[in-house]
Amino acid sequence: MKTLDRKLLRDLWKMKGQAVAIALVIASGVATYVLLISTMNSLTQTRDRFYQEYAFADAFASLKRAPDGLKSRISEIPGVAQVETRVSAEVKLQVAGFYEPVTARIVSVPDFGSPVLNRPYLRRGRMVAAWRDDEAVVSEAFAEAHRLRPGDSLDAVINGRWKRLRVVGIALSPEFVLQVRPGALSPDYKRYAILWMGRHSLGVANNMDGAFNDLSLTLTAGAHPDDVITRIDAILAKYGGLGAYARKDQMSHRFLTEEFRQLQRSADIFPTIFIAVAAFLLNVVVTRTISTQRDQIAVIKAFGYRNTDIGLHYVKLVALIVVLGIVAGLGVGAWLGRGLGRIYTEFYRFPYLNYQVQPSVAAAAAAINLLAALTGTLLAVRRAASLPPAEAMRPEPPADFRKTFMERLVPQRILSQPTRIIMRNIERRPVKALLSIIGISMACAIMVAGRFSKDAIDYMVEIQFRRIQREDMTVTFVEPTSRKAVYEMRRVPGVEHAEVFRSVPVVMRFGHRSYRTSIRGVEPGASLHLLLDEQFRHITPPRGGILLTDYFRTILGVRPGDLLTVEVLEGSRPVLQVPVSGMISQFIGLMGYMDLDALNRLMKEGSAVSGVYLSADSLHRHEIYRKLVQMPRVAGTLVREDEIRNFYETQAEALLFFTMVATVLAATIAFGVVYNSARIALSERGRELASLRVLGYTRGEISYIFMGELGFLTLAAIPMGFLIGKGISSNIAKALESDLYRIPVVIDSWTYSFAAAVVVLSAFVSGLIVRRRLDHLDLVAVLKTRE
Amino acid sequence: MGREAGGALSARTVFQARGLTKVYTMGAVQVHALRGIDLDLYEGELVVLLGPSGSGKSTLLNILGGLDTATDGEVTYRDHNLTSAADNELTEYRRQHVGFVFQFYNLIPSLTARENVAVVTEIASTPMKPEDALSMVGLGDRLDHFPAQLSGGEQQRVAIARAIAKNPMVLLCDEPTGALDSATGVVVLEALERVNRELGTTTVIITHNADIAGMADRVIHLSNGLISDIRTNESKKAPHELHW
Repeated sequence: MKTLDRKLLRDLWKMKGQAVAIALVIASGVATYVLLISTMNSLTQTRDRFYQEYAFADAFASLKRAPDGLKSRISEIPGVAQVETRVSAEVKLQVAGFYEPVTARIVSVPDFGSPVLNRPYLRRGRMVAAWRDDEAVVSEAFAEAHRLRPGDSLDAVINGRWKRLRVVGIALSPEFVLQVRPGALSPDYKRYAILWMGRHSLGVANNMDGAFNDLSLTLTAGAHPDDVITRIDAILAKYGGLGAYARKDQMSHRFLTEEFRQLQRSADIFPTIFIAVAAFLLNVVVTRTISTQRDQIAVIKAFGYRNTDIGLHYVKLVALIVVLGIVAGLGVGAWLGRGLGRIYTEFYRFPYLNYQVQPSVAAAAAAINLLAALTGTLLAVRRAASLPPAEAMRPEPPADFRKTFMERLVPQRILSQPTRIIMRNIERRPVKALLSIIGISMACAIMVAGRFSKDAIDYMVEIQFRRIQREDMTVTFVEPTSRKAVYEMRRVPGVEHAEVFRSVPVVMRFGHRSYRTSIRGVEPGASLHLLLDEQFRHITPPRGGILLTDYFRTILGVRPGDLLTVEVLEGSRPVLQVPVSGMISQFIGLMGYMDLDALNRLMKEGSAVSGVYLSADSLHRHEIYRKLVQMPRVAGTLVREDEIRNFYETQAEALLFFTMVATVLAATIAFGVVYNSARIALSERGRELASLRVLGYTRGEISYIFMGELGFLTLAAIPMGFLIGKGISSNIAKALESDLYRIPVVIDSWTYSFAAAVVVLSAFVSGLIVRRRLDHLDLVAVLKTRE
Repeated sequence: MGREAGGALSARTVFQARGLTKVYTMGAVQVHALRGIDLDLYEGELVVLLGPSGSGKSTLLNILGGLDTATDGEVTYRDHNLTSAADNELTEYRRQHVGFVFQFYNLIPSLTARENVAVVTEIASTPMKPEDALSMVGLGDRLDHFPAQLSGGEQQRVAIARAIAKNPMVLLCDEPTGALDSATGVVVLEALERVNRELGTTTVIITHNADIAGMADRVIHLSNGLISDIRTNESKKAPHELHW
C-alpha cells in the first residue's frame, strides 16, 4: 500500500465519527432509492410476467346482454386479435360465521378448456367441472380472510335465488391483482370476493344462456385502442353497452399504475434530498480537513507531489466515505425492500413476487451518489490541489469578524459576551449557516412528508365518511326500482331513516374530452348523504343543472355555467345537454350529482331509484343484514363503519412502515448535520474555547457558546423544515392526483410537533456526544497546537 | 549588488540568481521581500543564509526550491530556468532535485517516521531506503514511532531523513534548529553536516542564529531584501563546537 493511502486510512479513522455520520446519510439515500426502485421494478416485472403468462386482456367492455353470435362481429373489427365473451354477475354471499354483508363478482370460465384471456392462476384445488352449477373457485385474498379451503361451502344469492356453492379451488387473476370493489378506495378482502363459475351454469342462473354480458379482447400489434373501442361501443350500443375501456383504465391495473407512480415520485424526491445533504456535509468536512492539513499538503507538494496526486488523495477520502455509505445503503435497502415487498403482496395479489435488487439499480445508486459527492467536494479538493506550497506553509489568515446585524439591532448591554460570539460566528459565514439550517430542515421536512399521507388519509376519511356520507349503510338494487321500495326498507326493524338515490352510468363530454362515470340523483331534503361545495359548505343540486366533482375542471376543462353533454348508457340511452351549476369537493372518484326528480325526468323513466341510504340502530345491525340478504331486489350492502375500519386496516401496515422509515431517515439527517457542524465547530474553535476556559470560563459557559450556535441553527431549521415538508407533500399530492383520488394537503399539528421533536432530540443527542469532547478539552495541549 | 564568491571550492554553479525581486501584496500594502538579488551557489557547498526576521531569507529559499516564483529577475538551477517554469515543471524539479527541511518539521502526524520518509522515496527516481535515511540521522531504532511519540529534535531529524532520502542535489533548510534547544539543535546540525559531507549535497541553511554560521563553507548575510555580505569560512567548525 502506498504511504499516502496509509495516511488516508489513518485520517479517516481519526474522523470516523464524522465519516460514519456522513456515510449514514448516504446510506439512507441509497437505501431509500434501492427500496423504492427495486420494489417498483420487482413489482413491475412480476406484473408483466403474470399479465403475459395468464393472458391479461388489452380491452374490456360490459353490457346488458348480447347473443353469443355477436362475438364474431367483434372479432372482425380491425386491430382485434382475440376475443372472449363471459357472463359476469354481482352477487351477495353469506359465509358461515361472518354476519356482515359480503358481495362478490362472479366471472364465468368456459366449461371445457381454460379461458383464452384473463386466465386464473390456480393456487389450490382445481377449476370447476363442466356443467356443475354448485362449484366455484374463490379468489385467494377472500379465501385467506375467511380461512376457506377447497371443500368448504358458501351461500350465494345469484339473480335472486339462493345457491350453495362448494369451493373447489383457490385462484388469482391478472384481472384482480388489486381486488377492489368498484367505487371503493381500498381492497376489502373480507367483504368483497371474486368467484369463478362454469359458463353454462352461471349463464342459466342469470338468463344468459347463449348470451354474454362481459367482453375482453387483445389487440394486434400496432392497433390503436381508441379506434377499436369506438367501434366496439358502436356495436354494443344496441345491447346496453356500458362503454368499452382499454387496459389502462382497468381498475386493478390503474391502482397498480398509480402505486408505481407514487413509488417513482418518492424515489425522485427523497434520495435527492439525502444526496444533496450528503454532498453538503462532505463539502464542509472535506473543506475543514483540507484546511487543517494545509501544512501537510504544502510539505507533500514541496517534495514534488503533483497537484493531481493531492487531488486524488482527497478524492479517495471522499470516495471511501461514499462507498461505505453505498455498501451499507444497498444492504439496508434490499432488506427494507423485502419488507415492503411483503407488505405489497398482501395488498396486490400476485402468484409470486421475485424481489431482487437489480445490479443496474445498485450501480445507478452508487454512481449517482459518487458523482454528487465528488461534485460537492470538487471545489474544496481543487483548492487543496492548487494551493501554492509556499502559501500553504503559512497558517490561514485569521477569520474576518465584524459586529453583526443583530448586535446593531439589540442594545449592547442585553447581549452577553458569549452570545455575541455565537452571533458573530453565525453571521460571519452566513452561507454555511444557511446551508446547515437547510440541511437540518431537510430532516424535519422528511418527517413531515413521511407522515403526511396518514394525515391526508385521516382528513379524507373525516370529510368523506363523516361529513359527506352520514348513512350507516348503502343498499343498491339489482336494477332501477320504483321509489316505493323505500317503504319496504323502512319496515325493516331497526331502520331509522331511509333516503333514495338514482345512479345512472354515463359518458360525459365537453369539447373533445370525455369521461365515463355515473350521475347520482339525490333527494332535495336529503340528510344522510350530503354534498359539500368547494368551501365545504352544504349544497343541494338545483333542479335544472348538474353538480360536478371539482376535479372535472382538470379532466374535462369544464366550469360552472358550461353546457355538458351527457350520454346515458342505460335504458333508452338519451344524449342530453346539462348546464353545470356548480362544483363539489370530493376526494375519491369523479361523479355528477343532480336532483332526483330532474334526473328521472331526463331519463323519461318515472320515479326510478337505484338504491337507498339507511341510518339504523346499531343494536339491530345483524338482523338488518340478514333481512337485506334475503331481499331479492337488493344487490349489495355497504356498511360505512366497515369501510372505514377496513380502509385503516389495509393501510395500517404500510403507513407504519413508512412512518418508521421516515423517522429513522430524518433522525439520520439531523444527526449527520448537527454532529458534523459540532465537530467542525470544535475543531475550528477548540483553541478559542480552551482559551476562554483558561481565562476562567466554566464548562457550562463554553458549552453555551458551543451548543448555543447549534441550538440556534436547529431552531431556525424547524419552521423552514415545516415549509419544505409541506412543499414536498403538496408536490407528491399534486403529482398523484387523478380521477381515482385526490390527496388533500393537510398536515396535522401533531405531525409537526413529532417532526420537530425528532429533529430537536437528534440534534441534542449529537450535541451531547460532542460536548463530551468539549468537557475533556486538554487546555495546555490545545493552546500549544499551531492553528 | 553582492559580490561574486570566489573560491577555494571547485566551482560548478548549481544556482544562479540575477536581479531577483519578490513583492507580496497583502491587502493594500506592498511588501518588498527581495529587492534584486544576485547570487551563485556551488556544488557540494554548505551555505548559511543569515539574517533577521523579515530580511527575505525564507522567500529566497522558497524561490530556490521552486515553492514560490519571483516577481522579477531570473534564477536558474543548472540548466533549468526556474523563473519561467510552469507549475508542473516546478513540481517535477522539486520531485527530482530538492530536499526541504522546515522549522516546524512539518511531519505528517498520521504517518510513522519510516512512512514519513517513504512518502518521498515512493515518488523519487533513485531514492535510498527509508531505513537507511533514518539511520543516517541516528534514528534507525525509531522507525515505527509516530511524530507525537518523538521529541522535537527527533522529529527534525526525521524531517532531514525525509529530505535526503531521495538523494537530492540540493538540501534547503529553513530554520532547522529554530524550534529546538541548543543541545538538540547540535544533533540536528550534525546530521545535516554529515549528509553534506558524505553525499556531497549542496546544502543551504537559513537561520537568524549567527553561531551556526561557523559550520558553513560560505555565509551569506541578508537584510531588508538585499545581500549585505558574503563571507567564506577559512576554517569550518564542527557542529559540536558550536554553542548558543
